[in-house]
Amino acid sequence: MDFQVVVLAGGNSKNLTPLISKDVPKPLLPVANRPVLYYVLHQLRQSNLKDLIVVVEGEDAALHVGGWISKTFVDGLHVEIAAVPEDIGTAGALRAISHHLTAKDILVVSGDLVSDVPPGAVAATHRRHDAAVTAMLCSVPVSGSLESGSSGGKDKTRKPGRYNIIGLDPCKQFLLHIATGSEIEKDSRLQKHILHAVGQMEIRSDLMDAHMYAFKRSVLQEVLDQKDTFQSLKQDIVPYLVRSQLKSEALLNGISQAEENGNEKLSSPNNQVLVSKILANASTPSFHEPYSMEPDGSAQTRKTHKCCAYIASSSSYCVRLNSIQAFMDINRDVTGEADHLLSDNIIGPSPKLGTKTTVGPHCMLGEGSEMGDKCQVKRSVIGRHCRIGSHVKIVNSVVMNHVTIGDGCIIQGSVVCSNVQLQERVVLKDCLVGAGFVVTMGNEYKGESLARKEK
Amino acid sequence: MGAQKKSATARVSEDQEELARNPLQAILLADSFATTFRPITLERPKVLLPLVNIPMIDYTLAWLESAGVEEVFVFCCAHSKQVIDYLESSRWSSQPNFSVTTIESHNSISAGDALRLIYERNVIHGDFVLISGDTVSNMSLTQVLQEHKERRKKDANAIMTMVVKKSKPSPITQQSRLGTDELFMAINPVTKQLLCYEDKAEHSKGFISLDKTLIADNPSIILHNDKQDCYIDVCSQEVLSLFTDNFDYQHLRRHFVKGLLVDDIMGYKIFTHEIHSSYAARIDNFRSYDTISKDIIQRWTYPFVPDILCGSSAIKVERQGTYRASDVTLSRSAHIGSFTFIGQGTKIGNDTKISHSVVGEGCTIGSNVTIEGSYIWNNVTIEDGCQLRHAIVCDGVIMKSGAVLQPGVILSFKVVVGQQFVVPAYSKVSLLQQPTQQDSDEELEYADNTSGTGELRYKLNGDIAADLSETAYELGTGGVGYIWSVFEGAQDEEWKHSVAPIPKDKLVKLMLDKDEDEEQLTQDGNVLSASGELKADSDDNGSEDDDNADSRDDYGFFEKEVEATFLRAVHENVKVDHAVLEVNALRLSYNMASVDCAGAIFYSMMKLAVESPHHSASELHRNAADIITKWVKLLKSFLHDIDEEIEVILKFEEMCLESAKEFAALFPQVLHLLYDKEILQEDAILRWADEKEGADESDKVFLKSSEKFVQWLKEAEEEDEDD
Repeated sequence: MDFQVVVLAGGNSKNLTPLISKDVPKPLLPVANRPVLYYVLHQLRQSNLKDLIVVVEGEDAALHVGGWISKTFVDGLHVEIAAVPEDIGTAGALRAISHHLTAKDILVVSGDLVSDVPPGAVAATHRRHDAAVTAMLCSVPVSGSLESGSSGGKDKTRKPGRYNIIGLDPCKQFLLHIATGSEIEKDSRLQKHILHAVGQMEIRSDLMDAHMYAFKRSVLQEVLDQKDTFQSLKQDIVPYLVRSQLKSEALLNGISQAEENGNEKLSSPNNQVLVSKILANASTPSFHEPYSMEPDGSAQTRKTHKCCAYIASSSSYCVRLNSIQAFMDINRDVTGEADHLLSDNIIGPSPKLGTKTTVGPHCMLGEGSEMGDKCQVKRSVIGRHCRIGSHVKIVNSVVMNHVTIGDGCIIQGSVVCSNVQLQERVVLKDCLVGAGFVVTMGNEYKGESLARKEK
Repeated sequence: MGAQKKSATARVSEDQEELARNPLQAILLADSFATTFRPITLERPKVLLPLVNIPMIDYTLAWLESAGVEEVFVFCCAHSKQVIDYLESSRWSSQPNFSVTTIESHNSISAGDALRLIYERNVIHGDFVLISGDTVSNMSLTQVLQEHKERRKKDANAIMTMVVKKSKPSPITQQSRLGTDELFMAINPVTKQLLCYEDKAEHSKGFISLDKTLIADNPSIILHNDKQDCYIDVCSQEVLSLFTDNFDYQHLRRHFVKGLLVDDIMGYKIFTHEIHSSYAARIDNFRSYDTISKDIIQRWTYPFVPDILCGSSAIKVERQGTYRASDVTLSRSAHIGSFTFIGQGTKIGNDTKISHSVVGEGCTIGSNVTIEGSYIWNNVTIEDGCQLRHAIVCDGVIMKSGAVLQPGVILSFKVVVGQQFVVPAYSKVSLLQQPTQQDSDEELEYADNTSGTGELRYKLNGDIAADLSETAYELGTGGVGYIWSVFEGAQDEEWKHSVAPIPKDKLVKLMLDKDEDEEQLTQDGNVLSASGELKADSDDNGSEDDDNADSRDDYGFFEKEVEATFLRAVHENVKVDHAVLEVNALRLSYNMASVDCAGAIFYSMMKLAVESPHHSASELHRNAADIITKWVKLLKSFLHDIDEEIEVILKFEEMCLESAKEFAALFPQVLHLLYDKEILQEDAILRWADEKEGADESDKVFLKSSEKFVQWLKEAEEEDEDD
């Protein structure tokens, strides 16, 4: 398949502090003892999409990520690592690596996607319709673990970015409307001319844009070049392509009345030829065709491009790791209901367990970890080489690598990063403990974020 | 659905009992409360206009009877006498299980009034079918009634079920078929609840707005542009009382349906029922008259087709959809084309060609006449060599030899067209003069409907000859009648609603209209992206933030309204208290703060001062002082705190710079005046001065000019403190 894959593994997402640090950039954040990036790369390998560019923000992070990839995916994946400056947005990142793109179609995947939806299926849908863009949509994940069930309602207002309002045609093949971010909180405005052409549009608020897109390379580069203020794929480029799908000529050439900007006009003549070339090979019959015909049958036709949707079946798993809550959820799910994601997981030699220590179901213990006597572990992930004392209780938590936990600690609903030291009888409830932090003896914390001061 | 069906079978017996208790009732509005069929409806009510030679109301009643309705209340208003007389003489008065009762009104001006009147009569005892007398359908009501009842049992708020039908697939035919405006409906695909209903959508808007709460409440909504409203509603009793409660509801759709959808306090719900194979359509304008006539001739409305409905009068259906009454006198050389109806006792001369047309009873058509796609009612005389294309010709019209009707012409009752006269396309000709104050505005449409019908007609009958002699030339030699002028604004719409097929260039125009929508959309689109949390796109600086633009616009309107109110208050010597009330009402309706009111009122006052005659600055100052003295109370009532007072100063500054430069020189004086009148407190002025201190030099012009005054205030304040 003439597909190039761009994995956007950027981001020092502020949502995830203090979990991520210089040493652990976001793509390497462990989910069930594997870096989150693993899940995407694994799925791509399964779909036989092997020509990858992994885009990482910042040189240091790029080195880390590159090192890890070359260690882990020695077989078959052709991976290039590209470092881009921080905070240039997803569109900016693509713009920066635009000259590396050569294939006919480009699949753009977010590096924080944990999903079992085959990327190959998205690519195939894209090819079948000869679309300008195909977006993967999945059901809105059920957020919040058992304990944090109360946050379900509040979540919606706090993180609307995770939800979308999506308009589909009756066959659910074409994407007719997409709203993200703050637009969701407003009244939706749906374009009449698209409605005229389609007749009916289904508006769904229970679908989420999973940030996996297939683009036609020429269209993508065109848009990146012309709309140099576009910063985000999800919020700018995709919505732009969707709303201009029935009038792409005017917009892609920048000759529409609305755009009185001088430079736009200058650039239009040379692009015109290119764009018409791009769009000439539309083949599948759809509502775009009759629309592109003039009513009086004259030769002049309107340019259209297709925006497609691939809707993952509701049983598939698809979550983005973009918040602490999502991190907890994913860790829980990957070890629990969605454990098929770890199908080829190599479970290390059983850790040493003390007497009367119980490890419940949906738990994971990394290789080389040791636990003392009479410990209890429920629905938690424990990383590699952790030393855990006696009478320790760990529930609904994530403990990363090289963590030392003293006797009698109780850890509930918390994340404990690598190299943390918890001294005796520490009680953590709903806490986040940043890498390398030392919690002194007998302290109790509730709902706090503990991190070392940056030097 | 599955669950519904199950419960349906379980309750069948119960339902039947209920049905037995309450006979199924229907309200038939025999007045459309619209003027689309003028001039014809000035003389005859719309429901009695012949549709393929049978009055429209007969189709509606026949369908209601076949659908199991037992009691029909016919509401008549305009020409109520004619409707009542007709119903009494027709077969409907003597049907065994089908009673037709008329309810007469002389002062109803809308469907809302009609339903309020019916509510007062207290004749409806259960669910009823609400339709207008111009509906042609052959659908079965059983299923929709059943659904409605089931829903009612579960949810007492489900008070209405609307029948909808998929319209034609192409975006152009959707509108051009029935000549209706485009309609957008949002429906929940599972419950079939209607969530949004938008007709008469302004063309200028390139988008549809869906309320965010709708989306929050319904995970999936289907937005339809491909559905047609059949205007057949199954309603519960509450609908009538709702009309009574909301006395401002006039139009069934525009007010009632939209009102219910918007109102979330009562929580009433409307549902839809889609029909697939049956026919349902409403004759709303001449175009739908044409379309539905053709559908009837082509038997889509079976069994409600002329040969069956007429029963005894022996109309034969021949090949190619030609209907011919038994005693038609037809010349051998006359050619009757396909899909044509020829009524009883009509004579047709040599070499006459008729196709796709309806010719009523007792007509006399001469030789060499061409009739194409036209509707000729009863007792019409068409002399030799006339040509008619896509026209409606009412009873008793005489067309002298060689007259030509261009497409879209309407000839009302007894009009005479002179020899060789060519009636221009889309003209409407009547013996009655056009009512003078015409307006396409919908409210007037309601208002002048009743007044226009009754009085005008009989008044004119008296001196009709005198009137006509002056203007007879309008229709050629020997012609009688007025050609109605098309009032402005509606001119563009004429082709949309006429019987004539839409010319090609207009179709193109229809599409181009949409293109314009799209151009608009570019801006909207960019705005969308701009609001999507990023910096404004470089090319949309013009429309950077339309929310702001909107609110600015709103403020502009608001300011104008306030000014108008103020001027009226000045000229009509309205009491200050009343003016305060009015401005307050405006404030609420425009959703403004009292700061805005203060600004707007002050603006109006100063504007008035500038506009009243004056010769020198001192006179202007006096003007201003007079006005301020007189209306100080009005202004004061919106100045609750210092911010509002500062707003007044800022407004004044703005005026001095822009609209009323004459005041620039008087700035300190007027400021002093406002202080003296206790409109502005010294705190406000000082705060204003402080704020301005840091501003640009150009911005400080007025501060400088009033420096002395400000200085004086400051000193006064210090003295106060010293005390």
